[in-house]
Amino acid sequence: MENKEEIRIGFYVCHCGTNIASVIDVASVAEYVSTLPNVVLAKDYKYMCSEPGQDLIIADIKEHRLNRIVVSACSPLLHEPTFRGAARRAGLNPFYVQMVNIREHGSWVHEDRAKATEKAKALARGAIGRVALHKPLEKRRVSVNPDVMVVGAGIAGIQAALTLAKAGKRVYLIEREPTIGGHMAQFDKTFPTLDCAACILTPKMSDVRSHPNITLLTMSEVEKIEGFVGNYKVTVKKNPRYVDEELCVGCLDCIDQCVFKQGKFADHFNLGLSKRKPVYIPFPQATPKLVVIDPKACLQLMTGKCKQSCVDACDRGAIRFDQKPEHIQIEVGSVIIATGYKTFDPRRMPQYGYGQYENVFTSLEVERMVTASGPTGGHIALRNGEKPKSIGLIYCVGSRDNRYNKWCSRVCCMTALKLGHLVKEHTGAEVFNFYIDMRAAGKGYEEFYHKMLEEGIHFIRGKVAEITDWAMTPEEEGHLVVRVEDTLAGVVRRIPIDMVVLVLGLEPQEDSREVQRMFNISCSTEGFFLEKHPKLAPVSTNTDGIFLAGCCQGPKDIPDTVAQAGAAAAECLALIDKGYVEMEPMTSFVVEEECSGCKTCINLCPYNAITRDDVKGVAVINEALCKGCGVCVSACPSGSIKQNLFEDDEIFREIQEVLAYV
Amino acid sequence: MSEQWDPKILAIFCNWCTYTAADLAGVSRLKYEPNVRVVRVMCSGRIDPQFVLTAFASGADGVLIGGCHPGDCHYVEGNYKTLRRVTLLKRMLQDFGIEPDRFRLEWISASEGDRVQKVVNDMVAKVRALGPLNLPGRIVEWDKEVEHMQSEIDAREGVAHV
Repeated sequence: MENKEEIRIGFYVCHCGTNIASVIDVASVAEYVSTLPNVVLAKDYKYMCSEPGQDLIIADIKEHRLNRIVVSACSPLLHEPTFRGAARRAGLNPFYVQMVNIREHGSWVHEDRAKATEKAKALARGAIGRVALHKPLEKRRVSVNPDVMVVGAGIAGIQAALTLAKAGKRVYLIEREPTIGGHMAQFDKTFPTLDCAACILTPKMSDVRSHPNITLLTMSEVEKIEGFVGNYKVTVKKNPRYVDEELCVGCLDCIDQCVFKQGKFADHFNLGLSKRKPVYIPFPQATPKLVVIDPKACLQLMTGKCKQSCVDACDRGAIRFDQKPEHIQIEVGSVIIATGYKTFDPRRMPQYGYGQYENVFTSLEVERMVTASGPTGGHIALRNGEKPKSIGLIYCVGSRDNRYNKWCSRVCCMTALKLGHLVKEHTGAEVFNFYIDMRAAGKGYEEFYHKMLEEGIHFIRGKVAEITDWAMTPEEEGHLVVRVEDTLAGVVRRIPIDMVVLVLGLEPQEDSREVQRMFNISCSTEGFFLEKHPKLAPVSTNTDGIFLAGCCQGPKDIPDTVAQAGAAAAECLALIDKGYVEMEPMTSFVVEEECSGCKTCINLCPYNAITRDDVKGVAVINEALCKGCGVCVSACPSGSIKQNLFEDDEIFREIQEVLAYV
Repeated sequence: MSEQWDPKILAIFCNWCTYTAADLAGVSRLKYEPNVRVVRVMCSGRIDPQFVLTAFASGADGVLIGGCHPGDCHYVEGNYKTLRRVTLLKRMLQDFGIEPDRFRLEWISASEGDRVQKVVNDMVAKVRALGPLNLPGRIVEWDKEVEHMQSEIDAREGVAHV
């Protein structure tokens, strides 16, 4: 039964420049491997992944009739596709290639040259033993649904959706808030050009609304996703707006006529700096321009007792108190996750007195205040309504601090400079910047910083220790006092200030872990979504067909976000235009002659891919549903389920051989 | 020979979490003991208890299994199955006289490169303290013992027959 072809293995060990060769004696690894059974040749080369490196393999396959290849280099997660491709070009089945990881698991983590070399030899021996048992495998082709879902409609999601829509693809844009726009809609101006944020964002928002290829689902959240690359089935939960989206024209008459004559509830969009009614529109440019009713504030929805003047006011009959959550099923081939960030909660730093001292504000609150259409009509004022004479901006609040978040939030230095400029322009106050390091690494950012230096804004280098209202001198009386070590002057200073602005760092969204689990992607330790590779696949995830854009992947500014959104859209387009995906062949299959039909495997399969053929009395695995985890293989009592590329024989051989090396 | 002894630990890591974490440890240049030899499987749920037994029987002084954290499995729930199998296997290994510290299951996510370093170093230190397991040698001894007992039985029965 066994095809008794002669096994002829070619072994290649890579120097990776000096990355591997400086720690591992590659020549000695090659020499050792050349003594192992079935090995026809063993070579070392500077860069195996380079064109000449691959050509070397291809030439050897042809010249020496090699039918197995082992490459000892970096992680298979990095270059396995490269070497499989080389094998294929030489006419060899790509699954006759096995890699040995001696860089990530070798030279980069070990210092003892002798021991690292020994380990490399042991691992190579395992691969040589295993590859002899490999079988030729074929990838299955599966067609790709050309529709895309974009989750989150901040600037990242908007940009990605528009790019895809412009390419003629159908996009489902999912946003859980009543309006799209995300954080950017709350900004007044953008650095370093100081152009108005709304002027950039709102045209894009209305493009989203009017584009025939975009289906916009606001107040909606993804509840469930099933399937695989090219073929995802998604359940979206659309929460009630209590307003018929087809009928409402955004005339806002209902808001005027609400039984609440004045706004009474904290306006979320303005961070509570203004009040709104139970029926409201988040902001004048909200898209879609539809009112929304807050079920936690509306008398009718809370008590069922209200004269419903809003219903009378709406001549189109759009108010719908009976709306219930809806579940919408959509099918897409790829997904872009653009769920954004949240700002650090400054209450976690009681030394800065947010919530304790009324004139300590956050950067986002001041951003709303300077906006002409904001809650104060563009006026910067203390809580008592007076204009501040001095304003202090505190950088890195919640960032670059081992007690809170270690990372640099990347946007805060520029945000602070921008706000410093704006508040000075609006109030003429003395403006103090308290910074740790000035990080102005973007295009035009350093120039922006220098411009601010010339504007007569004060810069004090030091991390603020405390904000207090405890005055030590008559000048401090009635002010907040910033205590800071001025590290350039080498003195501890107390600076009386009217208004303090905490420039907040960026954090993963509250529910990022749930999103991560739902989409089966990974998070970095801080909770931002993990890209597949920072340089080779910066917008891809570990799950094929799921891409990332914007701050959900890590803090970044608007230009970077927009660029990343474009990249994510391009990845989707590449997938769609190719038209098919190749599925890894590591699926499991049943050896029917040996299966007793005991059904042990059926309940174990997380994808319901296994059924029992009651006529034959055996288990049957649906190859299209199997994702190749192999959990059934290890559970089968008769050993009659096998997993391609991870057959028992192959794994046993690998274990025995890596341990056989002394 | 015994003064040169250095523990040999076989690790079986799942592709998506722990193997990736070990790659990250490399990218972060976190140094750890070179005594671990890693075999990659797609999911820790693929790990047949026989893999572990084979490893010990092939001369491993310790076996380390790495999978995704509960709830984070790339294949939804493979790691729960690993946990169940490992729990049973642990009891069985103790009956063989294999100390608990020689067999370890760890959940290490793709971002926890530092945990790979910590776990490997910790395990190597513990196994080093336990000394060589030498199961292949012991098996030879056990076989001899069985042979010896059999011959004694045979001898006794032989006497009885006379």
